[in-house]
Amino acid sequence: MHATLSHVNVWVHDQDEALAFYTDKLGMEVRDDVTLPEMGGFRWLTVGPAGQPDIALVLMAIPEPPVFEPETRAQIESLMAKGVAGGLFMATDDCQATYEELSGRGVEFVDLPEQRPYGLDASFRDPSGNSIRLVQATAM
Amino acid sequence: MTPVPPARHLLRAKDLADARYGDPLDVAALADAAKLSQAHFSREFRQAFGESPHQYLLTRRLERAAALLCTTDRTVADICMTVGLRSVGSFTTSFGRAYGMSPTAYRAAHPPAVARARVPTCVLRVWGRPASSRFREDSAARPG
Repeated sequence: MHATLSHVNVWVHDQDEALAFYTDKLGMEVRDDVTLPEMGGFRWLTVGPAGQPDIALVLMAIPEPPVFEPETRAQIESLMAKGVAGGLFMATDDCQATYEELSGRGVEFVDLPEQRPYGLDASFRDPSGNSIRLVQATAM
Repeated sequence: MTPVPPARHLLRAKDLADARYGDPLDVAALADAAKLSQAHFSREFRQAFGESPHQYLLTRRLERAAALLCTTDRTVADICMTVGLRSVGSFTTSFGRAYGMSPTAYRAAHPPAVARARVPTCVLRVWGRPASSRFREDSAARPG
């Protein structure tokens, strides 16, 4: 397959809130932020880790009717609210220090750093309820 | 205990400028991060990295601003604030000195940010189709 992963879609309730979280709290960079009035105000908003220019998260608002019918929209919103609409896994070389740094910026952790067979693992949520795991992998 | 090499403290300040350029950081804050007095810090920083901490922080901000001019449709004032600068006037001056043109001219010299928007097919499909009420066929086909 001649393809690499470039963007990952993340549904968010509120793009501005998500943007503030991923940049101010997690320290990511804004990659794209463009609004198209002729496409119903569609906003292409992406962020990414400063050291990884080739991968970005698309902070995607759930489209309103007529793109998605109200029922589809409500289903996605409900799954997000229940925290089961997907998730991100991030690698760190110091889980404890990253936990302390992010906690200091007001990020609320779901799982405090805990030793697992594969490494030291913690998790938190973005404002929309998406789960983000933080793993310091054990050398195999 | 092995003493930490002084350059390690300078690197901490440099990393802070790279990571938190959007905050209201200044040389005093960078000197604090390096645990040095401001005058001493500026001298040591220049010696280690070849430019003053002020210049390093400013060029980091300008580099980010240049990227945002190309990749977003935000206003110049908004971009100025996003990269941690407070005065649009001095931002424009510094930008001009670094890039040889104003932020607005720099934006105009690059492909428009809107070309970067990867509009999903479901959005395109809906907003791209002509409004069906414009079609006479609909009313013509209606009985009565």
